[in-house]
Amino acid sequence: MGLLEVKDVNKRFGGLQALGNVNLSVAENSCHAIIGPNGAGKSTLLNCLVGKLIPDTGSVMFDGQSVLGRTPFEINQMGISRVFQTPEIFGDLTVMENMLIPCFARRDGSFALHGIRSVMSEGELRDQAEAMLDDVNMLDKRNMHSASMSRGDKRRLEMAMCLVQNPKLLLLDEPTAGMARADTNNTIDLLKEIKEKRNITIAIIEHDMHVVFSLAERITVLAQGTPLVEDTPENIKGHPKVKEAYLGEAA
Amino acid sequence: MFGLDKKDASLLLIVAALVAFAPFLLNPFPEGSAMAQFNAGYPDLMQRFVIFGIFAIGFNILFGLTGYLSFGHAAFLGVGSYAAVWMFKLLSMNVLPAIILAVITSGIFALVIGYVSLRRSGIYFSILTLAFAQMSFALAYSVLTPITGGETGLQLALDDPRILGSATTAEGNIPVPGLFGLEMRDSAELMFGNWVFTFNVGYYFAAIVMLLSFYLAIRIFRSPFGMMLRAVKSNQQRLNYTGLNPRPYTLAAFVISGMYAGLAGGLMASMDPLAGAERMFWTASGEVVLMTILGGVGTLIGPVLGAGMIKYMENIISKINSDILHSWFAFLPDGLEDLIVTMIYPFIGKGWHLTLGIVFMLVVIFLPGGLVEGGQRVAKLFGRKKADETKSAKTEPAE
Amino acid sequence: MDAIILQILNGLDKGSAYALIALGLTLIFGTLGVVNFAHGALFMIGAFCAVTLSKLLKLSHTVIDETRTDFLGNPLKVEVPYVYDIFGQSTGDAIIDWAVPLSILFAIPIMILVGVIMERGLIKHFYKRPHADQILVTFGLAIVLQEIIKYYYGANPIPTPAPQAFVGSFDFGALVGFEPGQIIYPYWRLVYFTFAAVIIGAVFAFLQFTTFGMVVRAGMADRETVGLLGINIDKRFTIMFGLAAAVAGLAGVMYTPINSPNYHMGMDFLVLSFVVVVVGGMGSLPGAVLAGFLLGILESFASMREVIDIIPGINQVIIYLVAIVILLTRPRGLMGRKGVMED
Repeated sequence: MGLLEVKDVNKRFGGLQALGNVNLSVAENSCHAIIGPNGAGKSTLLNCLVGKLIPDTGSVMFDGQSVLGRTPFEINQMGISRVFQTPEIFGDLTVMENMLIPCFARRDGSFALHGIRSVMSEGELRDQAEAMLDDVNMLDKRNMHSASMSRGDKRRLEMAMCLVQNPKLLLLDEPTAGMARADTNNTIDLLKEIKEKRNITIAIIEHDMHVVFSLAERITVLAQGTPLVEDTPENIKGHPKVKEAYLGEAA
Repeated sequence: MFGLDKKDASLLLIVAALVAFAPFLLNPFPEGSAMAQFNAGYPDLMQRFVIFGIFAIGFNILFGLTGYLSFGHAAFLGVGSYAAVWMFKLLSMNVLPAIILAVITSGIFALVIGYVSLRRSGIYFSILTLAFAQMSFALAYSVLTPITGGETGLQLALDDPRILGSATTAEGNIPVPGLFGLEMRDSAELMFGNWVFTFNVGYYFAAIVMLLSFYLAIRIFRSPFGMMLRAVKSNQQRLNYTGLNPRPYTLAAFVISGMYAGLAGGLMASMDPLAGAERMFWTASGEVVLMTILGGVGTLIGPVLGAGMIKYMENIISKINSDILHSWFAFLPDGLEDLIVTMIYPFIGKGWHLTLGIVFMLVVIFLPGGLVEGGQRVAKLFGRKKADETKSAKTEPAE
Repeated sequence: MDAIILQILNGLDKGSAYALIALGLTLIFGTLGVVNFAHGALFMIGAFCAVTLSKLLKLSHTVIDETRTDFLGNPLKVEVPYVYDIFGQSTGDAIIDWAVPLSILFAIPIMILVGVIMERGLIKHFYKRPHADQILVTFGLAIVLQEIIKYYYGANPIPTPAPQAFVGSFDFGALVGFEPGQIIYPYWRLVYFTFAAVIIGAVFAFLQFTTFGMVVRAGMADRETVGLLGINIDKRFTIMFGLAAAVAGLAGVMYTPINSPNYHMGMDFLVLSFVVVVVGGMGSLPGAVLAGFLLGILESFASMREVIDIIPGINQVIIYLVAIVILLTRPRGLMGRKGVMED
């Protein structure tokens, strides 16, 4: 039984079958990549996992509980954190404040009315946030206005915001999209380091095969809404069906 | 100090000092001088400064922090006023129970309206709040006349039951609101040469309430709750995916700002015990939006400045007439004098709304940060070092 | 039955005004993405175009009539409008009498001009600013416009009658076979409704059958793509703004005989028109028209004595109540499109 179990999930948008009988199992402490050509249903699947979409049929179990019908914040409280394709951060807030919000979410749950106590007096949470910022080499930027940072920094910040929650499962949606090679490699190293250090499970959607093969332990290939194969990277590399699905898009 | 950091504490102290010495500061011109009409140090106006300050501070907690633009906040002010007057009619002329009931009633009212309106955001939220406020106004004006007094408004009468207190004074008049014997309308005057300074009980009472509200607002701005509200404004999607539910946060902000409005309404009724439906009309809601924007939305001091500014303009500019203009420009040749007077005339007296509209547009276009941003820009012009100091004193509250 | 028909008819004229204003509002919102709080002011300016024209036509000079004397025996001084000098007395009288319909010709160029100036001078700079800023700046503009009108025309309503031919009522019920005397309907309201229907039809035909309209509709659906096609949509949108202003202005011109115009009429209608737009669905033209008539008719039904007796005050709040219910059950309004103004 994996940490995340997706069973027979179907999702239609009007006449389009976006997901057809998707089955997926992500084992604890593994890094599982979901790849596939454009329009294969990767993002739809991801949205079904985090509560943005509700599948028409099928079940999604996380850590022994169903996530279906729960809102995104409830699912996050269960232990799933999501990094977006384009960094989603609190642009009007400073880096430190960005980090503190997930800290509060983890300590106090989805709502707590601390209207009088100062943010400054939350020493323990500030320490946690600073330690995490240190891990991603952003401690020196903690007082910066986060909207003014580079895209790469924003993504690192978003990653740090997800990690500081100590999620059981980290969902990454094309974390290196639009990055230069050097940045991509940095991100790969960062993710590897995180995984070793924190023992978290990672599910990653990615176009860049270099990233996929550097990180993933299992790979699921999705095409036209249906899983084609699921196997180890070595076996996926030469798989005829995969080549067929990509047809020219292959890495 | 008071659990605030140094900058906030000094801001609070500055505001406290300004408020305490307002009767002097607002009356800089001696009686009988040509400039005396610019004096604003009379009780009625000073009371309005602080009461609308409270209203705007509360509005800013919602709009400034969460970005939800309510176009119906006057409804809560109106409800607060009605509640307070009823308390005067039924219980006693003491202002404390009246104000407490005003805050509670408007809080409940805000909870209901907020619960429904906050299911939508953006312009839909604005329209929903506007619809609710207009509905309240229409009902208060017509069907709810037994509770609201309809067109004439809710007033005290000689036959009010008033459980704790007398229905009439010894002279057979309607008693006036007070605080344990201190009547709100009592004033002391200090003559100083040609200067007359008025110290009014009602004003100082309202001012103390305002300072407490201001202090509470600072605490809210600096709290985790305030940070969450700014996060709501910044990126609701991220907030959701960070395990936080935006709805109760925005609802709490809505209710708190509704209670501030109710507090202002209760104080208004305490200064002058009557309440009318026109306090709920949507132009009144528009006014508090103007105050907040003009002063500087999302800053601590901005709404207070904006409220003061607009109420000052309303009272002073609308009092200027063409005779006064002519006397000012009398030193010019006749033709030129007439020309200038004719040019300025549309903007004064009854035309003060025109001035307000233009100033407001200019602020939105060129100075989205309001007077606070204007202050910062001016400060920047005066040397680097000085600018840095002012900036830190003034931008910090925005955070 | 006749009571129902009467209420529907009564709702039509107000509904027409709502529909015309809402049409312009949603056109501007759909094409330019701007929430225009000054749209009510355009309605009001239109109404004051009619006031201005009827004042201009009545401008007169003093002539001494040698044939008549006043009570002191002096030659009588008569005020003769200039139009008499140009067209002669009978045509002149007719022109003065028809001042309101004639104002249509007068108002169209003025309203388009006002609209274009507004768009180029102010709104243009707010395309990229948040909706809250757009609301605020147009709200400020609305205050300024209405204060200017107040300065020149005063605060009191100015009666501006319809042409004599349309004053009075007719028995609509008898015409369609009901008992006479049951459904009495003023002529001008029928004119107003017909006029509104024509304008609405013209706007739809324009958008449906011209290339210009096609581009605008495409722009409403997907602005960026149309921009990428190398079509200058900005210019078209300016024209669109002028058109929306003209529609609102004409609605105002023709409304003057129904309600004497005053400086705050725009704001009164604006609040309700916004509710109409939201009920119809932001950015949906048919939705705006449908909701306009629907709410106008509902309002008139709610004003029936029988209804008020059951639910007191319902006539005051019905529109808001409907808006709240619709917004909560159908977030996009009756005919709103997906993805418009959804945060």
